[in-house]
Amino acid sequence: MMLEQKAFLSGNEAVAAGVRLARPHVIAAYPITPQTTVIERLAEMVEDESLKAEYLNVESEHSALSACIGASAVGARTFTATSSQGLLYMAECLHYASGGRFPVVMMNANRSVALPWNIYGDQRDSLSLLDCGWIQAYAENAQESLDLIIQAYAIAEHPDVLTPMMINLDGFVITHTYELVSLPSQEGVDAFLPPFQTVNKMDLDHPMSLAFTAGPAYNQAFKQLQHQAVLSALKVILDTEERFGQLFGRNYSGLIESIHCEDAEFIIVTLGSVAGTVKPVVERLRSLGERVGLVRIRYMRPFPDREIRKALAGAKAVGVLEKDISFGYEGTVFTNVNSALMRSKVIQPRLLNFIGGLGGKDISVADIERLFLRLKSPDDGETVGFI
Amino acid sequence: MPGASVMVEIRWHGRGGQGAFTAARLLGVAVTLFEKRYALAFPSFGPERRGSPVLGFTRIDDRRITDRSIINDCDVVVVLDDTLLNGQITNGLRRGGLLLVNTAYNELPISHPAYVRTVLLDATTLAHHYLGRPIANTAMLGALAAKSDVVSIHSLLASVKLEMKGTSAEKNAALLEETYRTCGGKIT
Repeated sequence: MMLEQKAFLSGNEAVAAGVRLARPHVIAAYPITPQTTVIERLAEMVEDESLKAEYLNVESEHSALSACIGASAVGARTFTATSSQGLLYMAECLHYASGGRFPVVMMNANRSVALPWNIYGDQRDSLSLLDCGWIQAYAENAQESLDLIIQAYAIAEHPDVLTPMMINLDGFVITHTYELVSLPSQEGVDAFLPPFQTVNKMDLDHPMSLAFTAGPAYNQAFKQLQHQAVLSALKVILDTEERFGQLFGRNYSGLIESIHCEDAEFIIVTLGSVAGTVKPVVERLRSLGERVGLVRIRYMRPFPDREIRKALAGAKAVGVLEKDISFGYEGTVFTNVNSALMRSKVIQPRLLNFIGGLGGKDISVADIERLFLRLKSPDDGETVGFI
Repeated sequence: MPGASVMVEIRWHGRGGQGAFTAARLLGVAVTLFEKRYALAFPSFGPERRGSPVLGFTRIDDRRITDRSIINDCDVVVVLDDTLLNGQITNGLRRGGLLLVNTAYNELPISHPAYVRTVLLDATTLAHHYLGRPIANTAMLGALAAKSDVVSIHSLLASVKLEMKGTSAEKNAALLEETYRTCGGKIT
């Protein structure tokens, strides 16, 4: 195992440190709260030459991702970061990157979308873009953010995957909170992450068509390949985490993290930093003899349907807690979890959807305790509720 | 004061530019990198303007901290600027908690619960002397080390030397030591 240096960093600083270790050739970004300090740190690193990369100050998020796509098309490793309205402004290019199979890595600071205008955290920005063909991961803390950035390049650039990847950090709660972080050595990351090699690039020795048109006769075939590529990430993520664990001693649990689910009757399913607030509640209720558990979804795409079915198999009631709402129906995470359970042949647990944390509304320990009480109380016929 | 074996939560009150969040962060550096404990340090989230009231928070424990909710109840309230004092300043301060105020007053101009321990210190005058400017955040860290068992002065000195540069680090370290002694601390 490689020796690591400890530092007290914010989530954004941890991301910048991870990006530097991954040695991207091109960084293109446009500042937006609460992402700004990531690209400020990266700009400083390029300026002081501790990161040898081309840093492109562009005039918009649309251009930031377009520049990354262009750079990726000549075989460069690329990075961008954004948030909220910036991510939405990239929407057109998100499909271009995934359809063109350009493994751009992006950090998104999860933030509410206007109106009403708000710079605080919820996950409506990235969850509304689940269908754009990107792999989506959600971090719980700064260490996981850093490690996910490094792993993201290995996953996205894998020949079976060749798909862009978005690492999501809850705005402010992760991006602006300082905590103890282990920094992998450059030597270790170089061993883990060899330089980007791809055949999917403009190359004078092997000229080929890129970013082309495909009519009705061929278009669906490309989309099927794209679907297969994202599904292939299921295995590549596990292999990547295993290799990462061997080198750096930090082991991740695959597409979900499950805590005390083996015999749990009441389980909260959630994602991002709020899972960290659920953890001490689960431990305290367990110490009182309550059979409660937690599933933290780490990847929304590809979606861990098998893992979720397994974790929830014995539960009586499950609450999906998310900082998202698809107006007029339910939360998107809930839709996905419900769909995973419907694929199962066994008896379903009662499933509730807790919508909270919109626009940065705090979710407290007492809130989580109330949610577990709600799961234990008799069915009142309501499925979706705001907390 | 709670012992080191339980979670300790500290709330810093200052005005934008006075270094309230920097103090929260320096304390986090001190306990994580120099005492092998765990900490989260975070500002009041959102836009910050020079001169407007801001908050900083430090949550410390012997175990890894996963709770990411905001800090409502706390063990220590540190006030960097006495123009921020009002009847709400001790809100959420736990029984037996510490209210540490930078002020030239000899007694607090506000009422506060009897179960709160108060320490008043003219840190701005000390900061003027050592730094040449009225930034009292590191001075109040010295007072915190002397008046509680939250953190050792040695860890704080190491934190300031790691996080600050050149003469600024030296001056702030000297100020830390001075306020620590002024508040009755002894450096061994």
